[in-house]
Amino acid sequence: MAEAVATRIPVKMTVNGTEYAAEVEPRLLLVHFLRDNLGLTGTHIGCDTSQCGACVVYLNGESIKSCTVLAVQADGGEVMTIEGLAKDGEYDPVQQGFWEMHGLQCGYCTPGMIMSTHSLLKRNPNPSETEIRHALEGNLCRCTGYQNIVKAVQYAAEQMSGGSAPTS
Amino acid sequence: MFPSQFDYHRPSSVAEAIQFLQNDPDAKILAGGHSLIPAMKLRLAVPSALVDLSQVDGLRGIAVNGDIRIGAMTTYAQLRDSDALKAAMPLLSEVANNVGDPQVQSRGTLGGSLAHADPAADFTAVVLALGGSVKAVGTGGEREISADDLFVDLFTTSLNPDEVITEVTIPNPAARTGMAYQKRGHPASGYAVVGVAVSVTVGDDGNVSDARIAVTGCTPKATRATAAEQALVGKPLNEASIDAAAKAAPEGLDINGDHYASAEYRAHLVEVDTRRALEAAAKAL
Repeated sequence: MAEAVATRIPVKMTVNGTEYAAEVEPRLLLVHFLRDNLGLTGTHIGCDTSQCGACVVYLNGESIKSCTVLAVQADGGEVMTIEGLAKDGEYDPVQQGFWEMHGLQCGYCTPGMIMSTHSLLKRNPNPSETEIRHALEGNLCRCTGYQNIVKAVQYAAEQMSGGSAPTS
Repeated sequence: MFPSQFDYHRPSSVAEAIQFLQNDPDAKILAGGHSLIPAMKLRLAVPSALVDLSQVDGLRGIAVNGDIRIGAMTTYAQLRDSDALKAAMPLLSEVANNVGDPQVQSRGTLGGSLAHADPAADFTAVVLALGGSVKAVGTGGEREISADDLFVDLFTTSLNPDEVITEVTIPNPAARTGMAYQKRGHPASGYAVVGVAVSVTVGDDGNVSDARIAVTGCTPKATRATAAEQALVGKPLNEASIDAAAKAAPEGLDINGDHYASAEYRAHLVEVDTRRALEAAAKAL
């Protein structure tokens, strides 16, 4: 089959509160748009097959894997990446949790882990350990063994509910 | 990893979508994209164009009014989080909560799953066991296709190339119906190595009046385990009848083996999962 001519398509989206407009090929993945067009390299590419979760961002309030969404599918939408989480130079409680509980080693999976955690706590502010592990099934970490990641999520849940942080 | 180049269309009505499909036989429908986009990256699918249904009005939503009607573009996350569905048929929310992972649930759609007919999908077997059907709209008009007639073969349905699934209907279950889905997921992908969905109705005489049992993951398409169904009908739903049905479940099924699991092991899982699903359904009566 002959290759189709690459017609560029105009897209507009709000990313971390800033509106962007661009013309993109339909086959451009959202993760490449964020990293290559906008320079937001906090969103990582891991497996590129929607397994590992390194590329998780919010699209219209839902956590998604940006390696499996086309940039044109996000047209008109609102995206938030890891770069949009901190407010006024203050880490989000989820970021604090990963810092305080040492929820990472190499850090490659961390942006995705944090975005998935953020999305979990929005839906379920007080998850059990089983619910935390279930909610992070789509995020793979090759370093930590997940123990400290679970603790980081619990820390963030405590912080967000106004309770005192558990001590390690 | 980029897909090959393709044209992109975003119709705002079903009629417009059908027009795009009719004009280009190599075009494919884009729903949630979580099966199609990975396949396109690997060049397993090379459509000339994508017809994105995301902006078509009226394809999302859950209506519970005896029967349950679900818009084809309703996502797993919407099924998972719907209070109306959790009250009317919690099994559908539970299954949605165990498809892929939360991010897949945010994007993947019920209609997309049924149209794609992945041999290891969850909802194919669940909709089949629940006696569901889909509404398909194409150039020839609108028709209702029962799940029994929808799945034809590996990734193959009885939909015409210009037909779009717009709605999925799950009939209101008869009184004293128990339903359950039991799955052995692949540890990495979460896809069913074997999944068994059951819906069992007990009549006034205390015996099983209707049983629908469907398997996935182990056969080229979601398939009724008719030997297991026959072992139940007319019997009281108890340990003995459940055991007989579980043992009969693999009979007549075209069970496949691959590098994940041999056919023999899958047949064993069909038995075990049928037993567990029936036990859960009996408890839910």
